[in-house]
Amino acid sequence: MSGIIKQEKETTLYLGPQHPGITGNMMIELKVTGDTVQRGKTHVGYLHRGFEKLMEERLWMQCFPIVCRICVPEPDPNEENLARAIEEIEGREVPERAQYIRVLVLELSRLTAYLLWMGGQAGSAGLYTMPQWTVGDRDYILDLFEELTGGRVYHMYIWAGGVRRDLPEGFKGRVLKVMDYLEERLLEYDRLLFENAIFQKRAIGVGVIDKEKAMEWGVVGPPLRGCGIAHDVRRDEPYEVYDKLEWEVISKDGGDVCSRAYVRRKEIDQSISMVRQVLDKMPSGPVYNPGPNPLKWKLPVGDSYVRTESARGEFGYYVVSDGSLRPRRVHVRGPAYVHGVSLLERMLPGMNIADVSFIMNSLGTCPPEIER
Amino acid sequence: MGKIKGTLLPFSALKYLGKKPHTVRYPLETKKIADRYRGFHYNDIDECIGCGTCSTICQNDAIDMIKIDGIESKKGDSGLRPRVDNGRCCWCALCIEMCPTGSLSLTDKFILTSSNPDDYLLVPGVDNPEAKDNISFVKDNDITLLNFNRVPMRELEGSERIKSFAEVVLGYVQEEARQEAIRCIDCALCVTACPAHMHIPEYIAAIADADDKLALKYIYDNNPLPEMCGKVCTRQCETVCAMAHKGDAIAIRWLKRYATEQFPDPSIVLEPKISDPNGKTVGIIGGGPAGLSAGYFLALRGFDVTIYEALPKMGGMTFAGIPKYRFPEDSLDKQIDYMKKIGVKMINNIRVGKDISFAEIKEKYNAIFMGIGFHVPYTIGLDGENLNGSIQAIDFLREINIGNKVDVGKKVVVIGGGNVAIDAARVARRIGAKVTILYRRRVEDMPADWEEIEGAEDEGVNIITQGIPLEIIGKNGKVKTIKYGMAEMIPDPKGGRPRPKLIEGDEHILEVDTIIGAIGQEADYSFLTEEDTKELEIERGRVVVNEFKQTSMKNVFAGGDNVNRTMDAISAIADGVKAVEGIEKFLLG
Repeated sequence: MSGIIKQEKETTLYLGPQHPGITGNMMIELKVTGDTVQRGKTHVGYLHRGFEKLMEERLWMQCFPIVCRICVPEPDPNEENLARAIEEIEGREVPERAQYIRVLVLELSRLTAYLLWMGGQAGSAGLYTMPQWTVGDRDYILDLFEELTGGRVYHMYIWAGGVRRDLPEGFKGRVLKVMDYLEERLLEYDRLLFENAIFQKRAIGVGVIDKEKAMEWGVVGPPLRGCGIAHDVRRDEPYEVYDKLEWEVISKDGGDVCSRAYVRRKEIDQSISMVRQVLDKMPSGPVYNPGPNPLKWKLPVGDSYVRTESARGEFGYYVVSDGSLRPRRVHVRGPAYVHGVSLLERMLPGMNIADVSFIMNSLGTCPPEIER
Repeated sequence: MGKIKGTLLPFSALKYLGKKPHTVRYPLETKKIADRYRGFHYNDIDECIGCGTCSTICQNDAIDMIKIDGIESKKGDSGLRPRVDNGRCCWCALCIEMCPTGSLSLTDKFILTSSNPDDYLLVPGVDNPEAKDNISFVKDNDITLLNFNRVPMRELEGSERIKSFAEVVLGYVQEEARQEAIRCIDCALCVTACPAHMHIPEYIAAIADADDKLALKYIYDNNPLPEMCGKVCTRQCETVCAMAHKGDAIAIRWLKRYATEQFPDPSIVLEPKISDPNGKTVGIIGGGPAGLSAGYFLALRGFDVTIYEALPKMGGMTFAGIPKYRFPEDSLDKQIDYMKKIGVKMINNIRVGKDISFAEIKEKYNAIFMGIGFHVPYTIGLDGENLNGSIQAIDFLREINIGNKVDVGKKVVVIGGGNVAIDAARVARRIGAKVTILYRRRVEDMPADWEEIEGAEDEGVNIITQGIPLEIIGKNGKVKTIKYGMAEMIPDPKGGRPRPKLIEGDEHILEVDTIIGAIGQEADYSFLTEEDTKELEIERGRVVVNEFKQTSMKNVFAGGDNVNRTMDAISAIADGVKAVEGIEKFLLG
């Protein structure tokens, strides 16, 4: 066949709610001509469980088993954020050892999230070996979580005042063993994905976010650092013990899928290093500073906004207490809302259909978090 | 060049084609489950007390409390056990953290497949007793959401105490009371144990909310003598407190005391609504806790009530028997004054049977309530008991409380191990004597309150346990020494408390100026005529009553020590309250 087939007719294409681009359910109504997206509209709500509203009906302590469900691939920042917001309102100190353990948990959970992302990123480009590998390797970290917290995916481990249990005996050795293993595996990942000519061809220059626009739109996390803006809450507003660790914010110019992948790939190395540092520097001592009986636990009147650098970017909790047994309001600021809805809709025009899932993945879209 | 490398490198993954997968081949292989794994529940049903805290904390409403065949409710155990809906549970294990007894745990079992929703309902420990061997996630003894330590009560120093009759317990201040109240988990097991079924969780919650007025309203709802109870109650509530299984019971008595002490005049807060007079009259014999509470509620309901009391002050045994360092007189006065405000008429120094006959009272009132207490002491039955210097604790305490002086000399021996014995010992200590308690059994067998025993020890009272008094030896008609023999404890094959058995030849002698007997007391029914005793059924010293405290004489109701076997103020109050219901039914239909 010769010549260009002109397709003037606009077709509506529904992408989702189930599709490989993201974790969770979300639908995009695409208007396409040929295989070029003209515009798209996101439809969310498939995972709406009303967490924020539910919390208004729960005792403070009962909120902890809920919040982890706000982001399935990376539940721990939610727990940490809620705990820290509450601690800020009531002025409760957290023992230093507990802060170290929290950082350990947060970094391990970042690793699991990045491994899952890596699989998704490769999978949405048609490279299906990667998801097999990364999901399998992620399970080694989930084993660690199971040992530490009793749960594999939902840990419900960090709570106000510290953490629920101290590290089990010999845990440090087992974490280090998994870290060593991961480092070896990362070389394989590099060969299969990051240095893969096809992946690079798919990723370079695709899904570009303009540096100025990124700031304007409120892009955070790896997508922002992938635009060359070195912004990381862990450094800019250090929480727990991040200021006691040696690390640098990673950023890369470009703003495309490849830059974002580069940032995440480097942050995996960094997380492994942080895990090692945390295990090394962790002091002994208590891991929990007790609070009142949860059934009669009232917070003083007040509000607080705390933020965490999650794998998807800046993650925040705004918590309001009216002095009663229950939160007056909990608002979750999730990066996926910005990335997965408003930013994506702006990026869609002109995109190739095949790139939609690929780019969504690279933006770190997490529908349950959009619809908390 | 880079492109070629980037094209070839991914093929390095081909080497994995020949490698063994690292996944677990279920069901041929099983994965080792972590020690802390949070799977299905297991409950040690014998440890569990059915407090329902697991159900309360469950944010998924996955746990409900149900009746299980073979588990009966009893004091300190609701008889209910948790049932978990595994279709709702999220295994957050907050129920485990909140379980006050530690009976509930999670196991490493997590596989359940069924199309029938009922299969997901699990009564842990009952449906899966075999899961005992699979317990994984358990309550931690150090990291716990519940606070098992009681806020300590400030007290006078032991050496300070014996200088006067000043109140030993100083009471909580608001912050202390709040901290203590916040520990409560609202399980309400205490309510069933309290003879008066007071609204304990409600008033504790009000104190936790710093709403002392509301607390006082709850307290007065079914107990008109709460300050008395707040100081001297035998607190059966605390013995069944869920928190006592792993730590200290909630200081329910001290919290009640705190709430009542905040208001010098309860009527201002309570604003009692007194019904219009209904034209019926009730005479009450005995102004003890039973009579006073019956009088209070009758007066509130429009009855014309008159209380007859033989002693110069109302309060019965709480006035005559309980020492002032435990229950100061102004506390008693405050409560009596409040009752007078309600309209209860009180006549002191009038002994029924002597100053006024029982028949006369029966004639005068539509109904009678009899709460005469146990004021006649048992004698020990020892040789030499009638010697000068051998007295009875009840008489001794009454004389001291009325304000009379009693000379007990320098050395006192108290015989007995109940609260009266301890009271007598501590009072004797305060009037300057060196005191020894002689008790047949061990300290842990003493019926007295442990705090009282500790208090006595702090004040320098010497306790000789497993000592059986044998003989009181006198000189010139006065007590000189007491001979006692040591005993060994023989376990009761039926599981009761061990019985002391005298060890032959192991006898000792104590020099003594006064011997105080405190081995129990009984009621004085001498005011009843022979005809009355035929009509009024009395069994082993106690008046027989029905559930409304009505005696075999239709218009006579009775309560307090001369009816119940627990013989404490709160049971007397409960009797009084119950009798009010009976009298109301009897007179108004």
